Amino acid sequence: MMSDEQGILAHTGTEVWHLRLYVAGASPKSLKAFANLRRLCEAHLAGRYEIEIIDLVKRPMLAQSDDIVAIPTLVRALPAPMRKIIGDLSNTDRVLLSLQAEGPAT
Amino acid sequence: MTVTLSHPPAQRDPLTNRASAASPFPTLAKVPSGVAGLDEVTGGGLPQGRSTLVCGPAGCGKTLLGMEFLVRGITEFGDPGVFMAFEETTADLCANVASLGFDLPQLQADGMLVLDHVNMQAPVLDETGEWDLEALFIRLGSAIDQVGAKRVVLDTIENLFGSFSDTATVRSELRRLFAWLKDRGVTSVITGERGDGTLTRHGIEEYVSDCVIVLDHRVSEQTSTRRLRVLKYRGSLHGTNEYPFFIGARGVSVLPITSLGLHHSVSDERISTGIPRLDGMLGGSGVFRGSSVLVSGTTGTGKSTMAAQVCDAACARGERALYVAFEESAPQIIRNMASVGMNLARWIEAGLLEFHCVRPSLLGLEAHLFAIQELVTDFQPTLVVMDPISDLMGAGRDAEVAAMLTRQIDYLKARSITAFFVGLNSGADIDGSDQAIASLIDTWLLVKPIEGNGERNRALYILKSRGMPHSNQVREFLITDHGIQLADVYVGPQHVLTGSARAAQEADERLKATDRLHDLEQRKLNLERRRKSVEAQAAIMWREFEAEADVVDRLLRQGSTAGVERAEQRVEQGRLRSADSVESNSRGANLPVSSE
Repeated sequence: MMSDEQGILAHTGTEVWHLRLYVAGASPKSLKAFANLRRLCEAHLAGRYEIEIIDLVKRPMLAQSDDIVAIPTLVRALPAPMRKIIGDLSNTDRVLLSLQAEGPAT
Repeated sequence: MTVTLSHPPAQRDPLTNRASAASPFPTLAKVPSGVAGLDEVTGGGLPQGRSTLVCGPAGCGKTLLGMEFLVRGITEFGDPGVFMAFEETTADLCANVASLGFDLPQLQADGMLVLDHVNMQAPVLDETGEWDLEALFIRLGSAIDQVGAKRVVLDTIENLFGSFSDTATVRSELRRLFAWLKDRGVTSVITGERGDGTLTRHGIEEYVSDCVIVLDHRVSEQTSTRRLRVLKYRGSLHGTNEYPFFIGARGVSVLPITSLGLHHSVSDERISTGIPRLDGMLGGSGVFRGSSVLVSGTTGTGKSTMAAQVCDAACARGERALYVAFEESAPQIIRNMASVGMNLARWIEAGLLEFHCVRPSLLGLEAHLFAIQELVTDFQPTLVVMDPISDLMGAGRDAEVAAMLTRQIDYLKARSITAFFVGLNSGADIDGSDQAIASLIDTWLLVKPIEGNGERNRALYILKSRGMPHSNQVREFLITDHGIQLADVYVGPQHVLTGSARAAQEADERLKATDRLHDLEQRKLNLERRRKSVEAQAAIMWREFEAEADVVDRLLRQGSTAGVERAEQRVEQGRLRSADSVESNSRGANLPVSSE
């Protein structure tokens, strides 16, 4: 299924991806999720991604305003529509599937 | 375990009926919920710093109970609160409870309340590895810190199970959450949807087990009744019964089915019933303020008129009266009472009289009770009339009605409000419905029809009246142009007469009395006449006597001279015959004289 990993996110074109990763301090799950995300983005969205790390321990009010329950949570803010993925992103296939599902067909 | 003395307002533990201060053991610290009646059932409130699970089927009032716990906490006890909603949006929540007078946006603006809607409507979140609910903890912790919350409501946290496929993680995180809540020292209410054979759908009672309150919503005989039961309460006594509760215009009210204590103070003040002769029968000054009065009788015996007159009298004293009518509308009662000379409309205009007219079948018994209690709270009457209580039988079983009236009487007595109940009996005898509440009644009047001579009249007597001397007499109960009046009945040698028979008897007696008077005068006249005739006769006899006396007198005088002459003649004759016995002659000569 994932024979052509390079091409999975390729059809999304050239637009820049805005990703937000919600973490709670430097917990093992948070660190793991960040490492996994960096690896994925470098592999599939090199040069056209932005990652914003939001530490809820430092900015607790954002948990309510952004409606975050679980940690870690990855939010694809752009391209629309917004997608939410939870977990430490260790299941790469699942992350890729979730991120591209319902993505804009170009 | 944190143990302190129970909450100060609960001076007396209603469940054990002992002053809690006298208890040798410290009791669990409790937080008064502020929900009417719930604190009585739980013996002071919910466990402080712990979690309480409120569970029940859909629509049973879980969310409202939780919300009221928070709002009362803010408005009555100054405890800030956090409401975390997993079902309704904050806008919906605000709109839903606005009708109860809970102004959530204002409380939020005042910095006393945080509403947080956790959106669980989104599709199942993709799980791409290990995760936890730390964000929820941070979110809740931030909300608690924001207002310094002491009370937290999570409604309904079980919805989390619908959003995550990894339920094992949800369970372990929930366990951690409840332990965390306890650490934070907040008193929390967790709501849960009733499951199939379990208290909650996902068995969260396993984690929240200090206090479990089960709500229920049952329909019996087309009338729905909400019920509340405290299933468990660790470290505390609690009422174990199912208590009816009601969602009224001011939120949830729980009613203990039996009055937990009889501690209300009593008044020595007596109030007039508005019927002077009835007051006279009741020891001369009417009934005690705050007592319960029942007037029962068959239909058409003037009970409602009597109730209206009692109201009229109360209003005339400047007191407020509440008339709860289950059969008639207010305009009809006013019109009918105008026909007996009572102007009730003026009291309504003066704000002294209020009618609450409702069909008994409209609401369940609890709903009636709450409606009346809310009216009493609003209107602050000193007299409440319920006419007729027997109509409530249609809305519940005898035992339930008796229980409801017990609560009603307790409620009114605790506030020194006089209760005047009208009981409609079906038969000539005292009905069972009245008998069921007989022991609750302080003064019981009975109006009874008396048939005879082709008419039907009313008689009133006092069946009982606690704490005062009362008349044992039957009085005729008359509905006149000036309201109710009582008249003496005619107690004849054979029977009691009322109505026209009494009137006839009275007329008859008057006639007889007149006759007797005439007779006496006649006799007096006759006597006088006879006296005169006797006197006349006496005068005649006197004159005859005097005449006779004259004759005798004259004869006496003549007789004495003749005797002397005759003796002298005899002496002369003897001498002439040379008599030898002078002595015998002289003795014999004396005899005629003395005999004359």
